[in-house]
Amino acid sequence: MDFGSLFSEFDVLGAFWVNIQLTFFAAIFALVLGTVLAVMRISPVPSLRWAGTTYVTLLRNTPLTVIIVFCVLGLWGQLGITLSSDFQRNFFWLSVLGLTVYHAAFVCEALRSGVNTVPVGQAEAARAIGLGFGDSARLVILPQAFRGAVAPLGNVLIALTKNSTVAAAGSVAETSGLLKQMIEFRPDLMVAIFLVFAFGFVILVVPIGVATTSLSRRLAVAR
Amino acid sequence: MRTRIMATAMLLAGALTLAACSSDDDGGSDDATQGGTGGSSGGTIRIGIKFDQPGLGFKDGDTYTGFDVAVAKYVADKLGYAEDDIEFVESPSAQRETMLQNKQVDMIFATYSITDARKEVVSFAGPYFVAGQDLLVAADDDTITGPEDLDGKNLCSVTGSTSAQRIKDEYAAGTQLLEQPGYSECVTALTAGTVDAVTTDDIILAGLAAIPANEGKVKVVGNPFSEENYGVGLPKDSDKCQAVTDAITAMIEDGSWQKALDDNVSASGYKPNADLNPPEPAACS
Amino acid sequence: MSGSVLFDAPGPRARRRMVWVNVVATVVVVGLGVYALVLLDRKGQLDADLWRPLFTANAWENFFLPGLKQTLIAAGLSIVTAGVFGIVFGLGRLSASRTVRTLSGGIVEFFRAVPVLIMMVFFYMAIPRLDLVSPKDLPLVAVVLGLTLYNGSVFAELVRSGVHSLPRGQREAALAIGLRRSQSLRLVEVPQAIIAMLPAIASQLVVILKDTALGAIITYPELLAAARRFGSGNGNILQALVVAAVVFILINWLLTRLAEALAGRVGRRTAGRARAEAPSLAVATAQD
Repeated sequence: MDFGSLFSEFDVLGAFWVNIQLTFFAAIFALVLGTVLAVMRISPVPSLRWAGTTYVTLLRNTPLTVIIVFCVLGLWGQLGITLSSDFQRNFFWLSVLGLTVYHAAFVCEALRSGVNTVPVGQAEAARAIGLGFGDSARLVILPQAFRGAVAPLGNVLIALTKNSTVAAAGSVAETSGLLKQMIEFRPDLMVAIFLVFAFGFVILVVPIGVATTSLSRRLAVAR
Repeated sequence: MRTRIMATAMLLAGALTLAACSSDDDGGSDDATQGGTGGSSGGTIRIGIKFDQPGLGFKDGDTYTGFDVAVAKYVADKLGYAEDDIEFVESPSAQRETMLQNKQVDMIFATYSITDARKEVVSFAGPYFVAGQDLLVAADDDTITGPEDLDGKNLCSVTGSTSAQRIKDEYAAGTQLLEQPGYSECVTALTAGTVDAVTTDDIILAGLAAIPANEGKVKVVGNPFSEENYGVGLPKDSDKCQAVTDAITAMIEDGSWQKALDDNVSASGYKPNADLNPPEPAACS
Repeated sequence: MSGSVLFDAPGPRARRRMVWVNVVATVVVVGLGVYALVLLDRKGQLDADLWRPLFTANAWENFFLPGLKQTLIAAGLSIVTAGVFGIVFGLGRLSASRTVRTLSGGIVEFFRAVPVLIMMVFFYMAIPRLDLVSPKDLPLVAVVLGLTLYNGSVFAELVRSGVHSLPRGQREAALAIGLRRSQSLRLVEVPQAIIAMLPAIASQLVVILKDTALGAIITYPELLAAARRFGSGNGNILQALVVAAVVFILINWLLTRLAEALAGRVGRRTAGRARAEAPSLAVATAQD
């Protein structure tokens, strides 16, 4: 096994860096969109609730590869939508878009389970002191829901990190594409190649898991 | 009450585990018989092909079509296997070496280029066809006649393709590359006009151009810029190399080779590189 | 907490405003949809020639239905084995023995971190060397193993957090009537934890079903691969993927409804915080 030559021949670290970038941007956007969706799903307006539910049903149940392919071949390939004037960068952002809309559905559900941990008394008290829906959601419910949803949100982040490899379907040069290329050129080092990628992800993901677990304990609302 | 539910659940889980184990055992015995018959004389032969490459290896229900399939059937026949004795197995590019090393297949006909790195782990017979990396463009596009015309144009290829890399490195550094999971996605982008060309081996492109839905919309440029020797993949140090080589030679000589090409990939007017085809199979070491 | 606690029933003015907003929103959404369809039509993507092949007997008998069958087989097997894995290692993480806890924790964290795809390919390469499985069953076995280890780890986490979310009185009562700690876990706490976590488990089931699609790389002939193959042969890959997506949405929706119904039925039997009306879709989910 010649690990050294794999790293000198192929830009393994660079590929992982692309995955980190994809994860970073998609995580931020998915958190925002997912929060909006969660608020829609608990809002007083029936049509908003319906729209939120429909969104989650459609996006969560579609395979991510298909979503990414539609983003690239559909939005760009057919409708001509571009998110960046740079040819390659455009695919990066289209993939971020695909990852975002998909994981937002999961963020929404994670938040809803967080909302479920907030005792009814909190909402009743919020209304009793005269807060409307917006204020009670913003000031009372969501802050507690976020703290209760740290663990499931951590799970979504872990999934997102690994799912960023699907961006290869969106023409982003990241680890899974490189993996394919390395197998093509160095079939003799197959086992070493797989070990490199498996441990790369273990190194990336295990800290996220450990951090969110301890964070969820520390932030848990004592009841 | 709860105790009973839990006990039932536990029992169920136990039973399922047992079932899972025993099905594994079945697998084991299957394997024993497979190993015995899949070997040399009589019985069946397992041949790896592509399942999703129209014109080369394609699975349509229970039938298999394409040039690779035709060559595979001919060779198997010469080795003493009737068509019913062939079991076609899907062998995608990334799994070909593994499948041969693990003896999951006896031979592979799947647009498998002979390279030195691959020879380290598997053996090859052939080549039975010499392909060349080429371009697929819109039928009415006369501005692209070769890879050097691609500067500033959009090019599509499958993820990790050597063909696209070669174009960027050697011919047109300003090429903008779109990578897709499959060639069909590339053709979709080509017919939509968002990319100007698709690149890979010419015979693969010809197979795509020959699909009825693409007829008259795309064409192969016919200016190959590399040499890909398609070989028959065999397990390392296989004893079948000579027999396969003889079968390929016979196929070329009796005209079946040309017919297989005409039937499968010529619909769009594609002609293989005549200087190199039909090839002379290399001697077995 | 049900939504209705959060707000008063809207009054007449609010209702009138909602109607207007709804009308405007509908017009905008429908307008965008129509605009996209017009653009797609201009590109020829709506041509009947591209869609018609998808609604023939050949498409369904030879591609979509066999693919769907394989997807359901792999998903069904994986759900069972992942469930067993999850209970075993979930119990392991709750064990009184520090060694067992650490070991189970390590295994769960590791398999949660490795991408499923890489696990599948690894088993696909490694299993034949053991000579246990016939080549024909190999893709299925590798797919099920990969899905089991990953989703089983997620289930184990759910079992653990489910037990932690139970009221302390449950364990205290179990110990008070003379059960040992392991008995209390097995007979009292874990069953309730599983029931409480059913909503999250339901979401993970969807993930298992969709992740069978990763098996395509090791030649498992599942639905998405079949759709792709059909699209390649007929030059209508986008259309074939649309059909596959619709089938996936439908199946997953049915699966979620089934799990929800189950959760509703058994939810009453727990003393935990989970109630029948609890997070119908609430998720503590990870997918890959």
